[in-house]
Amino acid sequence: MDFTYDDEQDALRDAVRGLLTKAYGDFEQRRQTTKADPGFSEKTWAQMAEMGLLGLPFSEDDGGVGAGPVEIAIVCQELGRVVAPEPYLTAVVLAGGLVQACGSAEQRSELLGSLAAGERLLALAHDEPGSRWEPTAAAVTASEEGGSWTLSGTKEPVVQGARAETLVVSARLPDGGTGLFVVDGEATTRSGYPTYDGGRAAKVVLDATPATPLGEAGRDLTSSIATILDLGRIMAGNQAIGAMEVALAQTTEYLKSRKQFGVPLSTFQALTFRAADMYVSLELATSLVQWATMVVESGDPVAVRDAAARAGLQVSRAGRHVGQEAIQLHGGIGMTAEYAVGSYTSVLTMLEHLLGDGSHHLAGLAGRVTDHEDLDPLAIA
Amino acid sequence: MQLALSAEDQKFREQMRTFFTTEVSEDIRRTVIEGRELSKEQIVESQQTLNKAGLAVPHWPTEWGGQDWSDLQRHIWNEEMQRAGVPTPLAFNASMIGPVIAQFGSQELKERFLAKTANLDIWWSQGFSEPDAGSDLASLRTTAVRDGDDWVVNGQKTWTTLGQHGDWIFTLVRTDPDVKKQAGISMLLIDMTSPGLTVRPIELIDGGHEVNEVWFEDVRVPADNLVGELNSGWTIAKFLLGNERVGVAPVGTTKRVLARAKSLAGERADEPLLAARIAELENDLLALELTALRVVAHSADGEPHPASSVLKLRGTELQQAVSELMVDLAGPASIASGAGDDSALDEWTHHTTPTYLNLRKASIYGGSNEIQRQIIARTILGL
Repeated sequence: MDFTYDDEQDALRDAVRGLLTKAYGDFEQRRQTTKADPGFSEKTWAQMAEMGLLGLPFSEDDGGVGAGPVEIAIVCQELGRVVAPEPYLTAVVLAGGLVQACGSAEQRSELLGSLAAGERLLALAHDEPGSRWEPTAAAVTASEEGGSWTLSGTKEPVVQGARAETLVVSARLPDGGTGLFVVDGEATTRSGYPTYDGGRAAKVVLDATPATPLGEAGRDLTSSIATILDLGRIMAGNQAIGAMEVALAQTTEYLKSRKQFGVPLSTFQALTFRAADMYVSLELATSLVQWATMVVESGDPVAVRDAAARAGLQVSRAGRHVGQEAIQLHGGIGMTAEYAVGSYTSVLTMLEHLLGDGSHHLAGLAGRVTDHEDLDPLAIA
Repeated sequence: MQLALSAEDQKFREQMRTFFTTEVSEDIRRTVIEGRELSKEQIVESQQTLNKAGLAVPHWPTEWGGQDWSDLQRHIWNEEMQRAGVPTPLAFNASMIGPVIAQFGSQELKERFLAKTANLDIWWSQGFSEPDAGSDLASLRTTAVRDGDDWVVNGQKTWTTLGQHGDWIFTLVRTDPDVKKQAGISMLLIDMTSPGLTVRPIELIDGGHEVNEVWFEDVRVPADNLVGELNSGWTIAKFLLGNERVGVAPVGTTKRVLARAKSLAGERADEPLLAARIAELENDLLALELTALRVVAHSADGEPHPASSVLKLRGTELQQAVSELMVDLAGPASIASGAGDDSALDEWTHHTTPTYLNLRKASIYGGSNEIQRQIIARTILGL
């Protein structure tokens, strides 16, 4: 049992932090970047590709690096610390993760190689009007005629759906179940818009749009989608941890420097105790997220599902607590777009609702509460 | 980063589990598991069983009965003990005065007290808090004045837990009234049969007699019973309270009670509101246990992990929350705290509310949770 990084992992963290500090160490740079389409820095994305970050999870045969969940988690934490708008979670962890898990050798090589090189942006088109984080598709349907597949229906919100060259689209299969398809972004009707966290999303309309099945045609991929969504939840948790760390640090700095009634705010116990409670929430969430990241290494989908729900619930509670209090303890300045801390709260809110909120996870855990006598974190290894 | 225990630690865990579930009397473990009150004899018997196997004071120096274990192994020992319903060794002996005497005491004090302290042949009480010195411990007023070869002690201590069983009391006394309050405190070991020492019970809201007042009226204490240097009592007290904070989150016990609550709830555990409440508590406990493991894993090179301050705060909150759940599970039966053997209600329901009321103490003792927030704000967040 070990909760520390090895030397290589430390070096990775330092390198990623160096790159991202250069890009977004000054919060104003992040603000300007997110104002203009595509909402992230193509230059920073290219630098991440050069550093090997975009291919980190994928096998070397597919043009990746073959790193494990701890390395991906490190990248996500660093992205969270500067609330970087780059679509790492959706393009690499989710869309790329599904290609890696379900794609043919040829598809993996073609799509992941170009994703890793920063030449092709992937987006996961999975959410639909009315959906609530299920691993299945309902509103978009797949049809097959003479060996050719087409998709019809609407996906929304699709993060970076307007910018992505290639969409990985989930759709209901003719014989039931949910399949995944590779669709050329240009072949769809897309309308993109900015989201409150500085990101971009789109409505993607498919209308008998040509699509290539990911992997074997017609196969139900619900369980693969579920597992990759779970991985995404754990990595979103890592991103949230990074964001919470900085939101708390900004808050404590502010309490020390801001004066009212002639004294620093840190002289008021009503405020410092609330900062202490934020720290407690953060530490507890950090413990669960680090544990969940290690559970991913076990490769057992049932254990990963459970760990993702547990981390998701704890991060939901902590993210709301830390995010809300960070603004409140700052006062009015925390409400402004010019000052960083409010954007951290926005990103924490987005991360939670991208893949499942606290109530969603709690409902799942409550439904399984009588399956076990107690929880033994060391037994899952 | 790696989740699995090493093969060695896994084996250690199994050894502990086997010992606790087979060597400690079933009667004692049932008393703990069912939430009934332990007698003095049961507490002594249990600790002596552990001590015989070298498991009562593993964190002491090896020459005085400790074990050369890693922090993780100590954590496993503690968790498995709680999980099995084995009473943890009396804290006043094992966690408080034993390590203090081993660290600060003279060779004579060590030889005189340590073995008997480990074996609970001497039952120690804690003489720290006073009516006007609670969280602000350093403002204590009990005095010790030198007279020949003795100290003469006058004053009053309070909240002396299980003082009715006490043979000896380690007591913070003011030995120099003319210096900064922290600088004039010393620690004396006082025989509770000394003339002039009186123990008076304090009845608590749960109806039980757990704590006491201890009065000192011209109590003569031999000068040799001073621990460490004169006026070094505050340093010793900080050392003692630092030890107290480690392992203060009773994760294993709270997990066991929650598992029992689930089993007692039966089919009702499927009701959505109750299921959600239990699931959230389980998750919070898991986060706490993992935080404890992180603290243990990072404490290896001496310095405690900053997150350790979270453990007392959150550990006691969850302990209280689970006791509250038990009351709610019992429903109207939770009112029947005084019911006897002829009660038509399930026996476990009788104990739920007294336990809930009793555990309100947990967020007050060992440095109240407000003190813990202050520690976090000051020493971790720099506020």
